[in-house]
Amino acid sequence: MKRTLENIENQFETFQILNEDGELINEELMPELSDDELKELMTRMVYTRILDQRSIALNRQGRLGFYAPTAGQEASQLGTQFALEKEDFILPAYRDVPQLVWHGLPLYQAFLFSRGHYHGNQMPEGVNALSPQIIIGAQYTQAAGVAMGMKKRGKKSVAITYTGDGGTSQGDFYEGINFAGAYSAPAIFVVQNNRFAISVPVEKQTAAQTLAQKAVAAGIEGIQVDGMDVLAVYAATKDARERAVNGEGPTLIETLTYRYGPHTMAGDDPTRYRTEDLDNEWEKKDPIVRFRKFLENKGLWSEDQENEVIEKAKEEIKAAIKKADGQPKQKVSELIQNMYEELPAHLEEQLEEYKAKESK
Amino acid sequence: MAQMTMIQAITDALRTELKNDENVLVFGEDVGQNGGVFRATEGLQQEFGEDRVFDTPLAESGIAGISIGLATQGFRPVPEIQFFGFVYEAMDAINGQMARLRYRTGNTMNAPITIRSPFGGGVHTPELHADSLEGLIAQQPGMKVVIPSNPYDAKGLLISSIRDNDPVVYLEHMKLYRSFREEVPEEEYTVELGKANVKREGTDVTLVAYGAMVQASMKAAEELEKDGIQAEVIDLRTVMPIDIDTIIKSVEKTNRVVVVQEAQKQAGMASQIVTEIQERAILHLEAPVLRVAAPDTVYAFTQAEEVWLPNYNDIIEKVNTVLNF
Repeated sequence: MKRTLENIENQFETFQILNEDGELINEELMPELSDDELKELMTRMVYTRILDQRSIALNRQGRLGFYAPTAGQEASQLGTQFALEKEDFILPAYRDVPQLVWHGLPLYQAFLFSRGHYHGNQMPEGVNALSPQIIIGAQYTQAAGVAMGMKKRGKKSVAITYTGDGGTSQGDFYEGINFAGAYSAPAIFVVQNNRFAISVPVEKQTAAQTLAQKAVAAGIEGIQVDGMDVLAVYAATKDARERAVNGEGPTLIETLTYRYGPHTMAGDDPTRYRTEDLDNEWEKKDPIVRFRKFLENKGLWSEDQENEVIEKAKEEIKAAIKKADGQPKQKVSELIQNMYEELPAHLEEQLEEYKAKESK
Repeated sequence: MAQMTMIQAITDALRTELKNDENVLVFGEDVGQNGGVFRATEGLQQEFGEDRVFDTPLAESGIAGISIGLATQGFRPVPEIQFFGFVYEAMDAINGQMARLRYRTGNTMNAPITIRSPFGGGVHTPELHADSLEGLIAQQPGMKVVIPSNPYDAKGLLISSIRDNDPVVYLEHMKLYRSFREEVPEEEYTVELGKANVKREGTDVTLVAYGAMVQASMKAAEELEKDGIQAEVIDLRTVMPIDIDTIIKSVEKTNRVVVVQEAQKQAGMASQIVTEIQERAILHLEAPVLRVAAPDTVYAFTQAEEVWLPNYNDIIEKVNTVLNF
């Protein structure tokens, strides 16, 4: 009897372009990026790290609500988004606010999402995205549908969606990639494997040695990428996008990454389930440190440039929070009016009740 | 005009909308080449092509989930769930997702989705085919639930459901699929959602019913007439939102009400209707509002359907109770 598990696992070696010292180890696979694009990628990563630090602080001050930290995942989140075009559609999970921001969602609206205000979810015209999905897995089946729709419309665009390592255990995860495969739909499914689903390590999710190999069950391409290497993440996404718009179907990309912070700011304490050694090990892989070295060696990045980005980020965050503060408070009458195109009689009745209360 | 069964009227409505609007997509398990397990989509793939009418993998959550994605691309999905007992697999995609899309996006996106699904007892189906689960969807803000009881309404309500820009669950009672024929106009027409129909006028008692219980109520009304009792029969047609005005108007005339459903007493829509009546018309009532419903057990084993499902005798019994209160 022929055993095949080892053969399958061997097909999912981690794809890497930059090592931890910022050296090119896979030069032939280096994506075609101009100096300006390389600097823009770094700018976005630094900016997003500051956004995370400020968001945690603002959350602690009670000036933000729900917040899922992103530090450590910059390469995974921004490397994938950087490979997209404006017409591509993002279906993010709850940790994937940065991708939305870089796809065009104004920062103050991202803050309103955190606080729990519907205006935070009103994508501006031309920003092709849904707001962050709370139900783990739901974005995957929806992404298959978005991609099918694009294919039917003959568009040269893709749907991209994100979940975590824990999310790969959901039925909707599997159904999503399987539907997209069956219809050869232009979808990119990203699994950001940061090794923990709240407190549960990835080893408790599955006996599979990689998450990328789950693509095999859908009969689609799967790739495991060093998720701390922005060039590898970008190259894998770019390749998946090209194949998708050329009618070659979906791809599953597993990014090996790490969240330096807690799961969310709602009382999770990672010291209960993570060791200092593990934290230290992954801090050495910091995607910003690595890419900084790479750019400095090329003479494309300096401390001054970085400080400029940091200052800009802080200023814009301050302005965005101020703008969010200025957003009118929500009224029940507005919530009612957002339910249906035409309100049924029972809601008309309740609308009148609340309008009367609100006018007092 | 043509004589049609309810299933033919449904196919006719689907054909009408596939023709009218190129964004309409019909899909589900076996709805394509096979024409559906009940022939509801027969001939549609041949007429409109695989791009418009197509089979899916066997996964209800995926079917409902892709509907949402397709809606974001401007399509008007009409997915099918083969039997409504399988809705549990798709509950998040329906109640957790499509119902909320307009609200959660602050009215910037919407889900013009019509989920068709057969349900209902009396045809000896295996487990979890016949369960009445309309109450589960009707409790979800953002959804509408439509249940036709005859071919004419089935066509008009389905066209209205498909044209509605918010999600609708359209439930087709299996016992009504081919049980009788009716004149159905060949041209397109709509029956407004959220509007009940007074099927029979009466002065002594109001019977509020939907689905297969409309026929049972009509039969009960005929029997009651032999004893000189004039029952007014209201077919809700849409069970969410409920047409309260039509019900209250009738209650103010008859002063007595029995609400009739096939679902278990703890399920369905009857309790909601009773509450609305007591809030709005208690001073018009000569007797408590009673319910006809199935017992609060799991849906009956096939051979027990006859003793378990509510029927016209149960309705007559309850009517006599409210008349003699």
